[in-house]
Amino acid sequence: MQTVAQPKSLWGGELGLIAVLGLLGLLCLFIAARTIEPAYAFHMGLGVIAAALSIFAIFQRYNARPSEHPPLEIDGLPNYNFGPVKFLTLMALFWGLAGMAVGVYIAFELAFPDINLAPWFNFGRLRPLHTSAVIFAFGGNVLLATSFYVVQRTCRARLAGDLAPWFVALGYNFFILIAGTGYLLGITESKEYAEPEWYADLWLTVVWVVYLLVFLGTLYRRKEPHIFVANWFYLAFILTIAMLHLGNNAAVPVSMFSSKSYIVWSGVQDAMFQWWYGHNAVGFFLTAGFLAIMYYFVPKRAERPIYSYRLSIIHFWSLIFLYIWAGPHHLHYTALPDWAQTLGMTFSVMLWMPSWGGMINGLLTLSGAWDKLRTDPVLRMLVVSVAFYGMSTFEGPAMSIKAVNSLSHYTDWTVGHVHSGALGWVAFVSFGAIYCLVPWLWNKRDLYSLRLVSWHFWIATLGIVLYITSMWVSGILQGLMWRSYTPQGYLEYSFIETVAAMHPFYVIRALGGTLFLLAYCLMLYNVYMTITASERAAPVTQPSLQPAE
Amino acid sequence: MSTDPVQVDRISGQTTTGHEWDGIRELNTPLPRWWLWLFYLTIAFSFAYWIVYPAWPLASSYTAGLFGYTNRGRVAEELAAGQAARMQAAAGLETATLAQIAADPKLTEIALAEGKAAFGDNCTPCHGSGGQGQRGYPNLTAGRWLWGGTLDQIHGTITHGIRADDPDTRASAMPSFGKDGILKPEEVREVANYVRTLGGLEPEQGVDVAAGKKIFADNCSACHGEDGKGNIDMGAPNLTTKVWQYGSDISDLIYTITYARNSVMPAWGKRLDPVTIKSLAVYVHSLGGGT
Repeated sequence: MQTVAQPKSLWGGELGLIAVLGLLGLLCLFIAARTIEPAYAFHMGLGVIAAALSIFAIFQRYNARPSEHPPLEIDGLPNYNFGPVKFLTLMALFWGLAGMAVGVYIAFELAFPDINLAPWFNFGRLRPLHTSAVIFAFGGNVLLATSFYVVQRTCRARLAGDLAPWFVALGYNFFILIAGTGYLLGITESKEYAEPEWYADLWLTVVWVVYLLVFLGTLYRRKEPHIFVANWFYLAFILTIAMLHLGNNAAVPVSMFSSKSYIVWSGVQDAMFQWWYGHNAVGFFLTAGFLAIMYYFVPKRAERPIYSYRLSIIHFWSLIFLYIWAGPHHLHYTALPDWAQTLGMTFSVMLWMPSWGGMINGLLTLSGAWDKLRTDPVLRMLVVSVAFYGMSTFEGPAMSIKAVNSLSHYTDWTVGHVHSGALGWVAFVSFGAIYCLVPWLWNKRDLYSLRLVSWHFWIATLGIVLYITSMWVSGILQGLMWRSYTPQGYLEYSFIETVAAMHPFYVIRALGGTLFLLAYCLMLYNVYMTITASERAAPVTQPSLQPAE
Repeated sequence: MSTDPVQVDRISGQTTTGHEWDGIRELNTPLPRWWLWLFYLTIAFSFAYWIVYPAWPLASSYTAGLFGYTNRGRVAEELAAGQAARMQAAAGLETATLAQIAADPKLTEIALAEGKAAFGDNCTPCHGSGGQGQRGYPNLTAGRWLWGGTLDQIHGTITHGIRADDPDTRASAMPSFGKDGILKPEEVREVANYVRTLGGLEPEQGVDVAAGKKIFADNCSACHGEDGKGNIDMGAPNLTTKVWQYGSDISDLIYTITYARNSVMPAWGKRLDPVTIKSLAVYVHSLGGGT
């Protein structure tokens, strides 16, 4: 493609972003100078630095780039934009390490309370740091990375936007930085899984809208007649998270110069909003988003067609329709009206099969390729993640039944359930996807070592088993102790006795978490060696760009 | 247009849908029957549940279900039933005096059961789950009592608390000998060393214990007694027992004498019903009480 050389000038997008970032930077500077809260001033200072660095980076890029926009296609093949994908993958690996290390530390804090170091490293501040770092920082970066990769490959189209994908990648990670440092400094909205304060929430809203636009823009550009199933799930994830985020974070700041805000909902309405958000963060962030990963990486790695197109349609629509109702099961036996509890429970029960539809489609895609599990530890990781997904999505509806919930609620059983999903499903499917992505992105023939993947798999699996079995036993023991009465009708155990009884299980759980973290370090090493290896992949012979149907 | 027509998958025998994305195809496998039937079953279960229990919101009310079930109704019933069972078991406790309870093994057994539960809910955070206490909170199993260890004395202490907001509370105040300048720092050290010898502990080398003894006689014996054996009317601890509420290290004792401790306990008479307090007195007495 020969074009007449144009004189080089800043594009509209670059100019616009410089203007927006410049204004935001000045605003941050103004607030930092006026606020009396040191922690808030620190955050605004970070905003100034980030804006300045971003503007500098835009000019650096301008100096290095040609005068024309990068072509959408080169020699009839899509000119994919993998830079942001690489960055997001590396950020996922970094935050994963941070989040899991904090998780192990707070597990030891529960077993040995003396290591609560006030105020920064108290359980109360580290716990949201752990949950946000593994869910939103690790999981979020994995979702951004894979969605930007998958949407390009399955649409045969370059990512929409020029600076926009980078804005999403960097802006999202800046949000994580603000959220995480905020927890340590004591800035919190005190809403579980939505702890960041109003200014971080506003920033995330901007980033998320741009993310949606990039994703939609790429879908719009697609060279395939149909939209691939993974992209339905990604789109459901992006849209619903936007809605949840706005609904649950509707807060009024005390002033522009204060980090504190107050939520507009009150009482049980606030609780209902919180768990509508909380449960669907599980449903649309940790389920729909990661099912999208499953739908691309499992068939790709197994080299088999997806088991059932019809099942994917039915379970997709039933899943997203039913999930959104299930939040009240977090509020059984509370001030929430009975009718809302009933709906929360029954919709959770109906959710069982729609959830399992994803598991069936994941597992049975392997039919005809089961032998690969013996030789390919990456595929094994992906498949075991789907099995854990199936187990958690059976356990979830079971725990939502009120009779079960009356025993399980507020106990460690919940913690065990969450981690069988988080470690077994979300983390494993992410690991599998990253093991696939890294050689593809950095153009290597294969991973540095499949043996190390195998070690990662087995050590991490052992860690999960220790974690969830100890929490099941501990949770059920706890629930039974709480409701145990003497023949005279008095409670058998004081609360502190139930706490003391948990100690051995907390130690086992901490050891399980440690194993999971150690195995994760093997992955970091493996990825590092893969990226820095000198051996290049053989040039991929891609079919020429043509619609598939 | 259709460069990738529908194919038949060699392994499963299913046809593909004819689409392909980045090499990924999809089979046209029908929904698994067991899956579909289980899905219908959960839906049927939900409809049945909605008929039986409160379920759907209406304009200003909701469908109440067949049997009028409510969470709060159920919990009120269960609490009332539990209360009735306990009341029946504890019926005798209401009118009986502490002495009568102590004399009747059956009443004692019930009081101990109720007392243990009440102790677990109210007292363990400070006194420990077995009443063993912790630094700053008396050990109730040691047989040593600041304010007396008879049933009646324990009952009085629990009811009115210690230095609590109650007109009959157990109250006394040890002066802050060092902080208020009553004793000089070296005098505090001397008397602290003397107090250690009362408890059979070694004094520091080179400290004049005899001077400490004199300071003790002038300043401390009014409450703690000439011999240091304490006085339960003032809640002044017996210093000869080797039971030390705030530690027996020389630094602990110097701190105690310099600043005084004057710890507090709530007046439980304002928080718990009389039967529960009676039971608590019987239970605490059983841990290490005397006559």
